[in-house]
Amino acid sequence: MLGYVLRRAGFNLGVMLVVVTLTFFLMRLLPGDPFMSQRINPDIKENLYAKYGLDQPAARQYADYLTALARFDLGESLKYPGRTVNQIIAESFPVSAAVGFPALALAAFLGVTAGVLSAIWHNRWPDRFILAWATLGLSIPNFALGAGLIYIFALKLGIFPVAMYEKPLDLVLPVLTLAIWPAAVITRLIRTEMIEVLQRDYIISARVRGLGPAAVVLRHALPNALPAAIHYTGPLAATLLTGSFIVEKIFALPGLGQYYITSIGNRDYNLVAGITIFYTFILLVSTFLTDLLAFSLNPRCRYRNGS
Amino acid sequence: MIIFEKSKNKLVFYILSVIALIYIAGCSPSSSKPASTEQLIRYNIGAEPATLDPALSSGMMEQTVANALLEGLVRLDQDGLPAPGMAKSWDVSPDYKTYTFHLRECSWSNGEPLTAGDFVYAWLRALSPETACPYAYQLFYLVNGKEFNSGEVTDPSSVGVRAEGKDRLVVNLKDPVPYFLSLTAFPTLFPVPENVVSRDPAGWLRAPEGLVCNGPFKLTAWEHNKQILLAKNNQYWDRENVKLEKLIITLVDDSNTELAMFEKGQIDIAETPPYREIERLAESGLLKLSPDLSNEYYMFNTEVKPFDQVLVRKALSLAIDRESLVTNLIKSGEKAAYAFVPPGVEGPAPGRDFRSHGEKLIGGFNPAVAKGLLAEAGFPEGRGFPKIKVLLDNNQNHKAVAEAITGMWLEHLGVQSEIAEQEYRVYLNTMFGKDYQVARVGWVADYNDPMTFLDMWVTDSDNNLANWANAQYDQLIDKALGAGDRPTRNELMFEAEKILMDEQPVIPIYYYTNPYLERETIKGVIHPSFAFFADFKWAYVE
Repeated sequence: MLGYVLRRAGFNLGVMLVVVTLTFFLMRLLPGDPFMSQRINPDIKENLYAKYGLDQPAARQYADYLTALARFDLGESLKYPGRTVNQIIAESFPVSAAVGFPALALAAFLGVTAGVLSAIWHNRWPDRFILAWATLGLSIPNFALGAGLIYIFALKLGIFPVAMYEKPLDLVLPVLTLAIWPAAVITRLIRTEMIEVLQRDYIISARVRGLGPAAVVLRHALPNALPAAIHYTGPLAATLLTGSFIVEKIFALPGLGQYYITSIGNRDYNLVAGITIFYTFILLVSTFLTDLLAFSLNPRCRYRNGS
Repeated sequence: MIIFEKSKNKLVFYILSVIALIYIAGCSPSSSKPASTEQLIRYNIGAEPATLDPALSSGMMEQTVANALLEGLVRLDQDGLPAPGMAKSWDVSPDYKTYTFHLRECSWSNGEPLTAGDFVYAWLRALSPETACPYAYQLFYLVNGKEFNSGEVTDPSSVGVRAEGKDRLVVNLKDPVPYFLSLTAFPTLFPVPENVVSRDPAGWLRAPEGLVCNGPFKLTAWEHNKQILLAKNNQYWDRENVKLEKLIITLVDDSNTELAMFEKGQIDIAETPPYREIERLAESGLLKLSPDLSNEYYMFNTEVKPFDQVLVRKALSLAIDRESLVTNLIKSGEKAAYAFVPPGVEGPAPGRDFRSHGEKLIGGFNPAVAKGLLAEAGFPEGRGFPKIKVLLDNNQNHKAVAEAITGMWLEHLGVQSEIAEQEYRVYLNTMFGKDYQVARVGWVADYNDPMTFLDMWVTDSDNNLANWANAQYDQLIDKALGAGDRPTRNELMFEAEKILMDEQPVIPIYYYTNPYLERETIKGVIHPSFAFFADFKWAYVE
């Protein structure tokens, strides 16, 4: 097990290095630069380049970047002078996570519940009802759903503020907006797997042995229907935790997602690279964790490991 | 496969209801803020300011916040004219080259006295190459200002600004600059507290007590990407006239969300009402318009055929129905432009409009004449005219206007076009690389003087991306730059503008206005026509 973890960590480190290198050079290959403006004077631009070391050869900049990165220093933002990328991530990630984590939990809960119920009543009206909701959830884009929720619950009913949260409950609308799509995906994944699992011989024999429906479904069928959804949850967790640009924009949440997208337009090389590295890190960790989870749920793996 | 009996459908129904209820979210109503006459304004400015350091700021957003926190030698009043700020009075030499400012006795928000030395420090800091101030050119008027910034001159004492004692600041300019006074209201020329900044020039804003300021307000908190909280600065020299106790600047970027917040009462002033809602808002009477010193124009690359021909450029200009564009398409108060310098730019005397020299320097919509000119240029009925490539930055509004204009060219001249939209910095890169035929450009005044719209078209200007060269134009601008006499200077600039509009390397489309939403109870907020979105010094709640 330890060997596996170490191998995996080494591989992930390699992935990180590739991501860092690609981001570093691709950003610099984009036309336009961080200090491009309609009215800048060449001398002033030279000063700005010198200030941020962009006048150095690319190889030197890359080496400097990696050296700093080894100390977990992601550099200074080029758009927000005086603020480091580490600070920006430290300030905005908790905001994104505060929306992303409940959204992930909600999506998992709704998805698994609806998926199981749908499979149990396969082709009956509850199944169709759930499928209709799931299709709706998949087809409504984030921005439309968010705008719709704002219109109904903030403007018309006045239950929530339009934007700018002050207390945890204010996050209900962004969490819902963020959770619906993945909930629908998980519903469909679980439903498909579950329908298949419920037809297996061992389920039938379990029922014949007189086990109650709850025990059959929860103890015997569900663990075998979960892996696909669990594998999907890995990358999903990274995406939700690091924030969605659209949801953060419409609900005016000071999260990481907004910085990520605007930093590309601003050609804020350090911020783009920093957030990309951070995102990759979260992605690799959550994928690793979900792999471990799937591993521990799989009886075959468990037995092999135990023997 | 069905493993539950039908009778259990009831249970399913309940479970589904619970799920549906979660979807419809039944939570307790959040308490809405009670209406009060508290002297508090909640103002949404849009995106997060990049910095509050006046020497590093380079946008309207940053400048607007800086202007609430700091004050220069003068502050622009209701009419956009310089009113005493840190300087209680000033003397200007007859040649407009030496300005002597007499500072009032006043202090920074930390109680320390503000001196002429703070100005000298701030200006040299902004000019120093290490600071890399993006707007350093606002100080290039000073003797040796540009040279100090490029590193050609390294002795700070040779730069044209010095303190004479604690309360006198003497400024020496290279050329006569009649608008220099109003330039001192611009953030690049704001003072900074030398004692505080010199200790930590890069990080002085970060310390909790860091932002030592001298303006009507002081900073209480900056929650990045969320809000900036300001409170009245009780050390401010004119505190008797500051009625507002608190100013909350929200940083909501999405214009639809901003509008919803305004309609819900979460904010009092909205700076960027969504384009599509403008008409409805105007009808409801909520929309207000303030003048804006900016224009939108189409620029030709005059080195590319057939746009090297004046006849072609004129024909394309005459085929545009500008009145129809502003009344039927954009509808947010823009005015059709028939000259380059927008109305509202100060002319021959303080408070007198430059456009009083003449409003219309190019012909209005005239398809027949346009067709004739195009035929004269060798393209009768548009035959043989290459497909025009119009360069835009990706912006829905710009695209709508471009579609209308290219439609007019096709309808009236038989000329085909294609629109090339590029991401903003790619678009700038393409333009600066002069790799375009026709480009849509907007220009905003840096200071209130026609020169901010005219000096960029001289042959060797870095901003002359039209590749246009006219010796007579260059001469007129050069003379105007050296003219100490205001009316003469304006005559020269007007002559130059006439040449620009006669040759049309750029064709003006319309002048902008600034639409915003402001609650009826809010009084005294100034919406300046350039540099700042709003000034809250005299603001109050009724």
